[in-house]
Amino acid sequence: MKLFAIALFVCCTLIASSASADTPDGASIVQRGNGHGVAPCMACHAADGGGQAAAGFPRLAGLPQAYLRKQLDDFANGSRTNATMQPVAGGLSEAERDAVAAYYSKLPIPPGAPASASSAASVQLAQTLATRGRWPKGVPACEQCHGPAGIGVGDHFPPLAGQPALYLGNQLHAWQQAARRNDPLQLMQSIASKLNDADIAAISAWYAAQPATLAKEQQP
Amino acid sequence: MKSPQWILLTAVLALTACHRTEPQAALPAPHAPATSASAPKVAARFEPPAESSMPNDDFGKQIELGRLIFSDTGRYAKAYVGNALTCENCHLDAGRLAHSAPMWGAYPMYPAYRAKNHRVNTFAERLQGCFQYSMNGKAPPLGDDVLVALEAYAYWMSKGEPIGVAPPGHGYAKLPKPTQAPDYARGEAVFKRDCALCHSDNGQGQQVAGRTVFPPLWGAQSFNWGAGMERLDNAAGFIKANMPLGRGNTLTDQDAWDVAYFMDAHERPQDPRFKNSVAETRKAYHDTPYSLYGVAVNGKVLGEGSGHL
Ligand code: HEC
Ligand code: HEC
Ligand code: HEC
Ligand code: HEC
Repeated sequence: MKLFAIALFVCCTLIASSASADTPDGASIVQRGNGHGVAPCMACHAADGGGQAAAGFPRLAGLPQAYLRKQLDDFANGSRTNATMQPVAGGLSEAERDAVAAYYSKLPIPPGAPASASSAASVQLAQTLATRGRWPKGVPACEQCHGPAGIGVGDHFPPLAGQPALYLGNQLHAWQQAARRNDPLQLMQSIASKLNDADIAAISAWYAAQPATLAKEQQP
Repeated sequence: MKSPQWILLTAVLALTACHRTEPQAALPAPHAPATSASAPKVAARFEPPAESSMPNDDFGKQIELGRLIFSDTGRYAKAYVGNALTCENCHLDAGRLAHSAPMWGAYPMYPAYRAKNHRVNTFAERLQGCFQYSMNGKAPPLGDDVLVALEAYAYWMSKGEPIGVAPPGHGYAKLPKPTQAPDYARGEAVFKRDCALCHSDNGQGQQVAGRTVFPPLWGAQSFNWGAGMERLDNAAGFIKANMPLGRGNTLTDQDAWDVAYFMDAHERPQDPRFKNSVAETRKAYHDTPYSLYGVAVNGKVLGEGSGHL
């Protein structure tokens, strides 16, 4: 009888611990790493998930869960190349990717860092690209897919507003150089190929300076 | 699934209800050989004036109002709009883009005889039709500010164009007839692959913060059965040149026909000219292989379900 009880106990703890290994804790990976060599995310993406503007580390807090999940797969399979993030994503199991994506998507959007001022000409160029595009060259307005003021739309269209300028610019250049090839229907590769360096500098600075959530009066 | 009339009638280039007006037919459109459809010709296309060149006076104010109505129709012409669409959704770049039925391609071609109502229509009357059908709303009365502003906008945009000569890039692309009759199942596959990302699996588009970002393609909030986009030739031409957004002219012609068929084989609000029955209304206004109104697709007669959206 006693033996049976012990067997039952061992058995149950085994099941319990294997169950918790199946559902990793997103918060714990973010704060302490996954215990298998992946560094804590917050070391780069900040404790509140707001990123680090000066280093080009993006905000993850409040991004769409499906989008975050897909980026981790894309880093891991090489359709999005980045020397820092590829080993991180590659070191996470499928379940760990699920957990961190869920965790970050539910974090509140932190208040953005104050953005540096741009010249009037650069602001004008950026506003035109953001709200009207450059149709004679086949470039739709950014907000036609990234939503009003670049706050993002649904599962597939990430926010641009409030992301670090350095990060945004890096992505547009990565698409131009085919270092990032993970966009559905090649939507961004096609757009980035039609932008020049001045466009990229202007639009990146401008979106970095936009609030990540719509101001009340902008809402209808 | 396939409409039997299709096969019978593809040979006939019937110009009937809700199609592009081809007024003043004496002047052949220089850019539209019947066989090659797709790649728009770039030669000597009319360039509408830059927006920054709008006059800075009382006339300029009306032009600017016209542009606002065009791009945010539900807000600036609310009383006349019955769905979630804007003029710009089908006439891209605020009505400036070639092969997207630009306003500069239309304005110099009016007044024009339209088979849709068997009369000579002024430009303002043409605009009224857009509100009734494409916007599923009400026609603003002639002389209404909304029509005056839209007309001022189109007039300004057409500055320097010859009158009565269809300019290259006007209207929508005319695709050659499909090699295979358009097909629902193939169209559905194209839709899932190339359209659902934005317009959603159910075709209802996407909104954020109360604003429509990706417009609905069918259902209660889309264009009604009287609209030009209900015709497969218009829809295929529009889609080929302009969709997926920013990736125009990447679909094959066959894909464009198939996905146009799939889109137009869904229910939408009733044709405002409906009289007595779907069959009679089809006979009066949709008697062409390019319309699926009144045709049975997947066991349902299209137009019969308009009341239950
Ligand atoms: C050593 C620094 C570093 C660490 C640690 C790190 N990241 Fe990153 N992360 C980056 C950088 C740099 C980028 C931008 C890559 C680029 O430019 O393509 C990035 C980008 C991302 C993106 C793409 C965001 C977007 O908007 O597309 C995701 C998702 C992401 N990281 C998740 C994580 C997760 C989850 C962890 C922890 C498991 C983590 N990162 C740990 C540096 C880091
Ligand atoms: C036709 C739709 C479309 C348009 C228009 C568009 N984008 Fe994008 N953009 C996307 C999609 C889809 C993604 C996500 C790609 C992915 O899944 O990796 C994206 C991602 C991005 C990213 C990366 C964001 C991140 O967190 O990594 C940047 C930067 C970007 N777009 C900039 C722009 C700019 C600037 C414009 C206007 C010049 C623009 N986009 C217009 C569809 C679009
Ligand atoms: C659902 C799509 C859709 C919407 C929304 C829409 N239209 Fe159209 N429009 C069409 C189609 C289709 C045609 C027919 C084009 C053709 O026959 O080549 C057309 C034709 C026109 C024409 C004549 C073009 C020509 O070359 O003769 C004008 C002018 C016009 N629309 C104005 C408007 C205005 C103004 C609005 C908003 C009040 C509007 N449209 C909304 C689809 C649309
Ligand atoms: C990247 C996003 C995106 C994709 C993918 C896309 N569309 Fe669109 N579509 C749009 C946007 C945005 C508009 C409105 C354009 C505007 O206002 O300038 C639009 C407008 C339309 C319209 C006219 C407006 C309406 O609601 O009837 C039709 C028809 C249409 N799309 C069909 C398609 C079809 C068919 C496909 C697939 C072949 C497709 N679209 C793929 C974004 C997209």
